Amino acid sequence: MAVDAETVRRVARLARIAEPEARLDPLAREISGILGWIEQLNEVDVEGVEPMATAVHATQPLREDVVADGGDPARVLGNAPRSDDGFFVVPKVVE
Amino acid sequence: MTELTALTLTDAVEGLRTKRFSAEEITRAHLEAMEGARTLNAFTVETPDRALEMARASDARIARGEGGPLEGAPLGVKDLFSTEGVETTAGSRILQGFKPPYESTVTANLWRDGAVMLGKLNMDEFAMGSSNETSAWGPVANPWRSRGSNASLTPGGSSGGSASAVAADLCLGATASDTGGSIRQPAAFTGTVGIKPTYGRCSRWGMVAFASSLDQAGPITRSVSDAALMLRSMSGHDPKDSTSLPVETPDFTQFVGRDVRGLRVGVPREYRVDGMPAEIEQLWEQGVAWLRDAGCEIVEVSLPHTRYALPAYYIVAPAEASSNLARYDGMRFGYRAGGGTLTEVYENTRAEGFGDEVKRRILIGTYVLSAGFYDAYYLRALKVRRRIADDFDRAWETCDALLTPSTPTAAFALGDKDADPVTMYLNDVFTVPANLAGLPGISVPAGLDANGLPLGLQLVGRALDEGTLFSLAGALEQAAAFRAKPERWWS
Repeated sequence: MAVDAETVRRVARLARIAEPEARLDPLAREISGILGWIEQLNEVDVEGVEPMATAVHATQPLREDVVADGGDPARVLGNAPRSDDGFFVVPKVVE
Repeated sequence: MTELTALTLTDAVEGLRTKRFSAEEITRAHLEAMEGARTLNAFTVETPDRALEMARASDARIARGEGGPLEGAPLGVKDLFSTEGVETTAGSRILQGFKPPYESTVTANLWRDGAVMLGKLNMDEFAMGSSNETSAWGPVANPWRSRGSNASLTPGGSSGGSASAVAADLCLGATASDTGGSIRQPAAFTGTVGIKPTYGRCSRWGMVAFASSLDQAGPITRSVSDAALMLRSMSGHDPKDSTSLPVETPDFTQFVGRDVRGLRVGVPREYRVDGMPAEIEQLWEQGVAWLRDAGCEIVEVSLPHTRYALPAYYIVAPAEASSNLARYDGMRFGYRAGGGTLTEVYENTRAEGFGDEVKRRILIGTYVLSAGFYDAYYLRALKVRRRIADDFDRAWETCDALLTPSTPTAAFALGDKDADPVTMYLNDVFTVPANLAGLPGISVPAGLDANGLPLGLQLVGRALDEGTLFSLAGALEQAAAFRAKPERWWS
């Protein structure tokens, strides 16, 4: 299926990536090319096939719901672009 | 001191244990080699102070008659592995300056066993690439060049820095990671050995995530024994990764050199792809002959869905990547751009922080997961993935391992395959199926092409049967007697 510039704009918004207007058409062409190549998957008979999301057959392990790590805000905040008084500083969320 | 850098990891560990040289001596020799090889751009960060400190601690342990299986051995670390207090960027501008407050389990296991860290190795951005050209820190050069040419060749990717550094004798071995071929393809391009173990053999904790159901760590080394030694240390169950398998790690080194008589080696007919160079075909036949001469039984097998592995991968991997990379929002760590509103800050941060290939894959992943397309693309790809895994299960009824070429070509020139993403993706045609099925695969250097460039052969095995792969890889290594080294043009 061919992807147009409008679709790229919508997907880029969903992915939270600013794409300049001039990039929308080239990206639409590139993505359409890749999706066109991927379309050969439609040749495969997948009737009744169970989707395979992981190669691990084991069941998901469980552990006690207790705190196992943490309590070290300085290390957590160590790489923050901005922090103040033990908090992350982020742009205003609510107007 | 160059002779110390030319040792295999196995020989170096033995020399250290028997005190023929010290950890400090062999570490200094490597630091010197790294300094002289910066034009390769293999290292993104060199950690000489930490290396010498670790080496001296190793020497002290050796003096006390202690020491682990890798005691005093200087290694490189792909920049995908978080290293405590040492910048870890995964080749991306968005992580520039990021110093993890924790150590990945795989590297922690290596340090536990006595290894010495030389620095961090360059890679394609977030491991998305097959030529190391998507790195924000510039491409890595392959130490190998075509005979009579000065053109820079790719070391492959995404573990290009790891492969280049090991091939150029800048480290005894290096950690790497493989989502679709990122260990095996660069190993093949540089005349080195690279193994991607069974999914779940190595903990992914502290590895920068690309596609979580496919990512797996492994070593790149200069011999099969070295790969076995290093993988043994890297492996092991880790409660911090719920996909890490709760199984014992065998002593892989014991499998190298074992008799391979009677092992059944499958040759998948579908791997004869159109346009494959005659040299690759010949090398493959040569590999078959070597294993037959070693006493293996050669059987033809069919993996009918293998041709769909690459397109299925290019749905599954970008889908998982788009989800994993959502964490890079500029709020808690990494790069933050300016902007008027919160959404603008997110959008600008990711637009400025990610490179083109990463953005392309995030967009594809977002698209195939979006409402209305999920079933047609993502769910279908997961079903095809099951078909591919079932093919392997059927093959194991008649054979114990598969032999294939590692790559469809030798190393290509930097800039050669930029123009069309799909052309670049085709590089991984022989390696991707093992990732989708979670199976172990190893690339062994097997010969040189007409231009004097290394070519590799790949063995793929049953889940958790790395042992058989190491035995067969040892037999290939012995028969191929690959001794060629690149000319030292870089120093």
